[in-house]
Amino acid sequence: MESANRHFSEKVRWRWLEVAFWLCTLLPFVVTPNYLSLASQIAITALFALSLDLILGYAGIVSLGHAAFFGVGAYSAGLLAKHYWGEPLAGLVVAAVAAGIAGYAMSHIVVRFRHLALIMLTLGLGLLLHEAANSASGLTGGADGLQGVRVGTLFGFKFDMFGRTAYAYSLAVLFVCFLVSRRIIHSPFGLALRGIRENATRMPAIGAPSRAHLRKAYTIAAVIAGIAGALLTHTTSTVSLEVLSFQRSADVLVILILGGAGRLYGGIIGAVIYMVARDQFSGINPQFWYFWIGLLLVMVVMFLPNGILGGLSRFFPPKT
Amino acid sequence: MVAQDIALELPQGVRFALIGPNGAGKTTLMNLMTGMLAPDSGQIFLGGEEITALRPHHRVKKGLARTFQINTLFPQLSALESVTLAVLERDGHAHNWWRGLPRFGAAIDEAQGILDSLKVPGTRVTRELPYGQQRLLEIALALATRPRVLLLDEPAAGVPKDESAALFDAIAGLSRELTILFIEHDMDVVFRFASKIIVMVGGRILVQGAPDEIARDERVREVYLGKTHA
Repeated sequence: MESANRHFSEKVRWRWLEVAFWLCTLLPFVVTPNYLSLASQIAITALFALSLDLILGYAGIVSLGHAAFFGVGAYSAGLLAKHYWGEPLAGLVVAAVAAGIAGYAMSHIVVRFRHLALIMLTLGLGLLLHEAANSASGLTGGADGLQGVRVGTLFGFKFDMFGRTAYAYSLAVLFVCFLVSRRIIHSPFGLALRGIRENATRMPAIGAPSRAHLRKAYTIAAVIAGIAGALLTHTTSTVSLEVLSFQRSADVLVILILGGAGRLYGGIIGAVIYMVARDQFSGINPQFWYFWIGLLLVMVVMFLPNGILGGLSRFFPPKT
Repeated sequence: MVAQDIALELPQGVRFALIGPNGAGKTTLMNLMTGMLAPDSGQIFLGGEEITALRPHHRVKKGLARTFQINTLFPQLSALESVTLAVLERDGHAHNWWRGLPRFGAAIDEAQGILDSLKVPGTRVTRELPYGQQRLLEIALALATRPRVLLLDEPAAGVPKDESAALFDAIAGLSRELTILFIEHDMDVVFRFASKIIVMVGGRILVQGAPDEIARDERVREVYLGKTHA
């Protein structure tokens, strides 16, 4: 029976490649100190993509409205910092709770649907929230964005213009959320999510309460997305209506598909490629940069159906 | 695809074969029993307790498990992961998101034991298993729920005749406490493994009884056996 247990423990074990990867995330401090603000944006986007991976990559729930939770987190953190309390860690907690409540409420509707209906439903809910925030301009600042967000210091460090604190903060939160996500996918609950993704018909036949599992997964994903939104607020000291936009929902989906869904690192790799490409290409031609992203997406979907990481995993032992 | 006027009792430990021509409503009956379809009228009891209103996964928890005619497995999970998942769901551990799977050694060992008893290799990914072993994994998943009543929808569907005997030997070797109802078209298998036979035609139960009674029954010969032996 020792070998049966090893079948599971091998997958949980940390690989050298993973350790090396996380060590590399420290390189921007030394190698590209002028790009720390960008690195911070990448870490935030990676966290957002990671949250989508939990529901899309593991539970198989497609969403075109995931920005809803990012936005709820961003506004919660912004409103808290503007009116009451500027300390960022408290903001993270408040944003996580607010996004979690929104996610739990929406999960009751979302888990009843699949496929096209699910895509349209999440899209619709996302648009609803976007317009609600737009019209509630007294609270959110509407299309002008939420002004006057005063973010306090983090353990005595101010958010500097070079983005040192911002990147350290975003990276640390990304890493902690990654550890939690990694634990989740290697737990019984994570196995149940993969079961739902692999065969939703079979799950009830082995006694599994699929909808309860999905509600929980959706809520956890919303919490992490909300934390990502709060990070953006804290590192930029502003909240624009864009945090709730359809564009953001679509981008995070593109990022996850590019990197490879269902393998934890896919969203992170996707975020690095996407954000760096946007930064570089838009410098060359601001109008045209999405052309290259489109081309990359088409190429990846055609030739690497499991994303860039899926393609690379042919050369490395599989992760899951 | 209808079933009506069904009056059926499955005493503990009896092995039933459910036979009948295509479209007789055999799978429909199984879907009604497991809750995958809701009946317009009537009641279903399990061990004296009414389960008519229970959702499918709650019926499984009460001890009613099924397999599927067309493989309904988890293609990218290994056989061991699949059966371990079923054991974890049964024991109420599948909501646990904070402990690593290797810590659930008892569930893993039990799953490995079920797979060993059916001679299915656990470490291989399901979609790479030979078809016959996928059919056995269908049964392993149902067994992992520790059922009192096991419904097998054509367990040997698509399996070559020489392999299907081994598959039914495995079924015959299951606990005598377990009530089994299986749908099967091969009459040799039916008469060898069933202690009782239920014949369905046109959505109704035509007749039920011991194999020798069924073999002698004129109506059965006419509408069912008559067709195949004509």
